[in-house]
Amino acid sequence: MAQAYTPGLTVARRAVVRKMRKLPLPGETLVKVGDAVEADSVVARTKLPGDAHPLNLSRALSVPESDVERHLLVKTGEPFQKGALIAETKGFFGLFKSRYVAPVDGSLETVSTVTGQAILREPPKPLEARAYVKGVVVETLEDEGAVVEMEGAFIQGILGVGGETHGELVLAVERGAELTAEEVLPAHQGKVLIVGGSVRADALQKAAEVGAAGIAAGCIDAAELRDCLGYELGVAVTGAEEIGLTAIVTEGFGRIDMAEKTFELLKSLEGRHASMNGATQIRAGVTRPEILVPMEGEGEAYSASALTLETGAAARVIREPRFGETGEIAELPVELQEIETGARVRVAVVRLQNGDEIALPRANIELIGG
Amino acid sequence: MADNRLRSVLATDCGSTTTKAILIEYVEEREGGSYRLIARGESPTTVEAPVEDVTVGALNAVTETQEIAGRTLTRGGRILKSSVDGEGADIYISTSSAGGGLQMMVAGVVRAMTAESAERAALGAGAIVMDAVASNDRRLPHEKIEQIRRLRPDMILLSGGVDGGTTSHVAELAELIAAANPTARLGAGYDLPIIYAGNIDARELVIERLGQRMSLEIVDNLRPVLEKENLLPARKMIQSKFLEHVMAHAPGYKTLMEWTDADIMPTPGAVGYMMQTIAEGRGVNIIGVDIGGATTDVFSVFDGVFNRTVSANLGMSYSVSNVLAEAGIDNALRWIPFKVDKRALHNSVKNKMVRPTTIPQTIEDLVIEQAIAREALRLAFEQHKLLATGLHGVQQQRTISEAFTQTATGETLVDMEALDLIVGSGGVLSHAPRRIQSAAMMIDAFQPVGMTQLAVDSIFMMPQLGVLAQVDAEAAMDVFERDCLIPLGTVIAPNGEADARSSLHISGTFPDGAALDETIQAGGIRRWELKEGERMKVKCVPKGSFTFGEGRERGAEYEAQGGTAGLIVDARGRPMTDVGERLDLYPKRKR
Repeated sequence: MAQAYTPGLTVARRAVVRKMRKLPLPGETLVKVGDAVEADSVVARTKLPGDAHPLNLSRALSVPESDVERHLLVKTGEPFQKGALIAETKGFFGLFKSRYVAPVDGSLETVSTVTGQAILREPPKPLEARAYVKGVVVETLEDEGAVVEMEGAFIQGILGVGGETHGELVLAVERGAELTAEEVLPAHQGKVLIVGGSVRADALQKAAEVGAAGIAAGCIDAAELRDCLGYELGVAVTGAEEIGLTAIVTEGFGRIDMAEKTFELLKSLEGRHASMNGATQIRAGVTRPEILVPMEGEGEAYSASALTLETGAAARVIREPRFGETGEIAELPVELQEIETGARVRVAVVRLQNGDEIALPRANIELIGG
Repeated sequence: MADNRLRSVLATDCGSTTTKAILIEYVEEREGGSYRLIARGESPTTVEAPVEDVTVGALNAVTETQEIAGRTLTRGGRILKSSVDGEGADIYISTSSAGGGLQMMVAGVVRAMTAESAERAALGAGAIVMDAVASNDRRLPHEKIEQIRRLRPDMILLSGGVDGGTTSHVAELAELIAAANPTARLGAGYDLPIIYAGNIDARELVIERLGQRMSLEIVDNLRPVLEKENLLPARKMIQSKFLEHVMAHAPGYKTLMEWTDADIMPTPGAVGYMMQTIAEGRGVNIIGVDIGGATTDVFSVFDGVFNRTVSANLGMSYSVSNVLAEAGIDNALRWIPFKVDKRALHNSVKNKMVRPTTIPQTIEDLVIEQAIAREALRLAFEQHKLLATGLHGVQQQRTISEAFTQTATGETLVDMEALDLIVGSGGVLSHAPRRIQSAAMMIDAFQPVGMTQLAVDSIFMMPQLGVLAQVDAEAAMDVFERDCLIPLGTVIAPNGEADARSSLHISGTFPDGAALDETIQAGGIRRWELKEGERMKVKCVPKGSFTFGEGRERGAEYEAQGGTAGLIVDARGRPMTDVGERLDLYPKRKR
């Protein structure tokens, strides 16, 4: 039935995660089931059609549209190199010729005698799908890619920017602290920095300058993110930002420390190699940013479906006024209750860590799993 | 005839996040019986991973409905049809906007003419228009190719040229589309549907260029002559292709299509159909709005002309941060009667964006959310007015006096003085803790003029009623009037600047016999109780800059209808430049 609460983000020391690595167009799958892969391993390859260059030949040669074909020096499909003469008029007694040279390497795709337009196509571009995480191929997708299974730590953030990357985890600052530009060092090149508190825009910029792979922080101020991106992030669809690195916040915006459990887990993994992806899409089929740390583990793997809303379950408040506080579910009244706004909603009574017991809309808490 | 009457209807709307099911039954009453809403259930939509089958969410929603209704509606993982022995429903119908709805790209020769007509056709069919490419849109050809390739639409609508007009520009557009060769969003496994609705003389050229590469359909020109739009054939083809290609490739939809007794409609297409049915049935001009988490849809029917726009990034959760960015923080702050730290507001809005299911818990939080909703509604309505226009480029015959006023072609069809009814729906309007808050949000955002009725869709069942209206209009209207629409009441507002010399005198007699006789100074707003079903005549005499329009400068008399918000008289001026007085909307904080 409909869920009136947020299942929460996964923070698990041991999880089995499968990643589908798929090409956007059919190509060639290069791995087979059982293959061990590293984050950088290429699992499939294809060729993207090259860029199309429309060219009004009729105008370029000053000839009628219906005549362009007979002035062409290359045939449809024939390759040419940049600078090659591809069309020429006969001129007047061999003089005053109009010529057209290819602006790029490519081939002639089509010529229209109605519009006088030719389409030049650049050579195909190779495109590869990489494994992204260290693991084992458990399934191949014919001509499209493979599914890679990783075993290890799995941590979801609330929002990220930037795409897939990987690097060694390094603790930059503890909980309660803010990462400033001065604390970002040249030694952080290629590393994923763990920030227990907030991160400032200048620190993100410095991290990109030193070549850090990524930053996983508790929170960021909305204004700092805007300064870093150069624009206001209006819609929660990210992953394609080009800020020189990948950044993930685990809690949200403002000043909220990274949840203790998340921080302690990341800290314990310092020195290990992590894959991370900032891509976030908060609509149906929610995609959250993630940090994956492959390692052999013991004990039962975490399962998201194991989380149920019940008394005793660990929960976190995800909206003001007690945003970020954690506690456990003390009571789950069945009847709707009126809250301060006058709305009648289903509530959960949460016993916070400081001992306060408060009734909160179930929509405003998330279960802490893992 | 009575024997053939539908006795029960089961309808679902598979939305992008939630699938909603309703059960409607024909209920015998003393006056002869009518269709009524019996039960409603909902469940998360299951188009995406890990379930990837829309029918699971539909069955879950129907199962909840069956539990509430106490009537068996499913058996063996299927929806039970033909109502016998109090089980099942006579028919099952559905709408869908799951998986992001229908995303289209349109193209035409002139941006303000055929491309705009194509945009209206696509929007009216329930699509989100990702881009409108035109020969004269100032982008270079290679930029257009890159854009078409990048967008990956579900479908393309190509128009261009009036019949007998340009063919070369149409051919050029077809060449650009062919060069881009975009792949469909829902997978590379099928040909992208493209509909050509342009110059009849260019059909062969379009077939030559696109026929081999894409699934091409040709319909009548949507702009056969400059003076006329003919959008219906294109709209019908869009909906048919939506089913045949887009839906058929979305997970589980083949089964869902087998279950339904009528074609599955795109959700906004069904809402639009319902709006038209209401406008026609009641003989009124209407504006409807559906404010969702990601988008806001605005519908209007003026003098029978239907328009729909979708503002793709104006919503109250996923895109709430964009509302603040587009509106400007000061525009949002003007609706908040207490001091707010701007930095904290930005953080709070972004936290809502990343945790979209949370709800306001404090009165301050609710005031802020409703302030942002006003701005989302205002911006979406502005966008609607820009697209809901008469045809651009049409030669007009003018009288001498009209020649002096120089009315332009392509003016908005949205005439606030002629507007009769505003219907609001979507979480922030339908679920506001107090109905008066919904009324206030709509008044502030739309700024109606003259007398306008306000209503909200109680549980947003207009999509299901829209598709039902195609099967049985009487049943749809019955449920709409009795169970769907909640009348909020009436707002009366004069046009004109709210300057110091302006005021409005109103008088009348309430149904209980009490007298209404009050002068409201410019900048004021008042509310009186007027219950649902009650009516009263209100005489309005404007002074100063206030007016009720041509022929009513000296006064107007209206018959106001009651509702949960009552009668509201708004003398804050039109256009409203200052928020002025505020209605008492929120409960007092308990100490």
